[in-house]
Amino acid sequence: MAGKPVLHYFNLRARVESIRWLLAAAGVEFEEKFIETPEDFEKLRNDGLLMFQQVPMVEMDGMNLVQSRAILNYIATKYNLYGKDVKERLLIDMYTEGMADLYEMFLQLIVTPPDQKDAKIALIKDRTKNRYLPAFEKVLKSHGQDYLVGNKLSKADILLTELLYTVEEFDASLLASFPLLQALKARISNLPNVRKFLQPGSQRKPPTTEKMIEEARKVFKF
Amino acid sequence: MAGKPVLHDFNGRSRMESIRWLLAAAGVEFEEKFITCPEDLERLKNDGLLMFQQIPLVEMDGMKLVQSRAILNYIATKYNLYGKDMKERLLIDMYTEGILDLYEIVSRLPRTPPDQIDSKTALIRDRTKNRYFPVFEKVMLKSHGQDYLVGNKLSRVDILLVELLYLVEEVDVSLLADFPLLQALKTRISNLPNVKKFLQPGGQRKPRATQKVIEEARKIFKF
Repeated sequence: MAGKPVLHYFNLRARVESIRWLLAAAGVEFEEKFIETPEDFEKLRNDGLLMFQQVPMVEMDGMNLVQSRAILNYIATKYNLYGKDVKERLLIDMYTEGMADLYEMFLQLIVTPPDQKDAKIALIKDRTKNRYLPAFEKVLKSHGQDYLVGNKLSKADILLTELLYTVEEFDASLLASFPLLQALKARISNLPNVRKFLQPGSQRKPPTTEKMIEEARKVFKF
Repeated sequence: MAGKPVLHDFNGRSRMESIRWLLAAAGVEFEEKFITCPEDLERLKNDGLLMFQQIPLVEMDGMKLVQSRAILNYIATKYNLYGKDMKERLLIDMYTEGILDLYEIVSRLPRTPPDQIDSKTALIRDRTKNRYFPVFEKVMLKSHGQDYLVGNKLSRVDILLVELLYLVEEVDVSLLADFPLLQALKTRISNLPNVKKFLQPGGQRKPRATQKVIEEARKIFKF
């Protein structure tokens, strides 16, 4: 019990799912405290636990970590998932920032008004097929190794796998022209910790729907 | 000449501006190649220099760096502006990400449609005074007279915060009034020789965007 990270967030994927993936892939058991009412949120704020009055917040190593990139960087460093030197870290950063840009488009789609949805969907398909997936396929092709950077598992592989599942949920045909990415996805999914995370009953959350956001809006009045 | 980083970007404030500040503060001379027409951007894309077809691009150490956070991380590490260990890096990252959240809102203001400017400005005022500045003022207060936010040593977050303070000042100079320690930090950082040079006329800092500049950017980048 002592020492397990505690993740404070809504019971949603949203922007926090990457943290769950990374902890899981690193084999780190963690607890979750879900924010279910405005009072839950107020309490965290009033107790001074949220540096910028926002979640996610991860209690870990005696600290209250906020800001998802800071949290991901800390976890990656601690569990040796951030490359071996400054150049590998650079590659990991470039790749993961590109992934975050595409991921953000999927998040925005959930809250896009109906009359703009078609255009958004077309843009996501275009960017996925023509900008992002080709870039990562090219990286794997360039060295022929099992992992994106340094021939070793890093947060880039884990976050890319998460993104590929997201793409697949959106439109599975988008992965068709990217055999090396499909192979990476399968390989990472078969790592024991990841396999456990992908099974029913794990802490992985289901896809965020518009209905879930609506419910959250009602509870938290935004 | 050999070895100077080359920044490829629009000749104005953009996501490159924090990179300019950081290089300047680190005392690193850099060159700039400005994209002035759509064809310039197309050429960079067609030459395969842009991993995700986007700028900013920084050519440095034989590599083509893209994604502003990746670039900032690399420069900060290379020039010892990223703390001395994992815990300091964590603090720097948390503060930096908070600053970037406010930075994002403030830097979009020039491009805001006229009918939304008042509400956006009100949001900036509220977030600045009630969410972000108090955090950093408190950090400086608790550091008991240290000159920098983390580890009693200049780091990337001091430079980024000072850049933000200048931006906020442009929106409303009174917003800094209740934060004497931030004002002192701003003065101290601005007086570092490299930063002073950067801020002087003729330095590589870019001026505030005018409507004309925004229009030109729209034509090139089609937004």
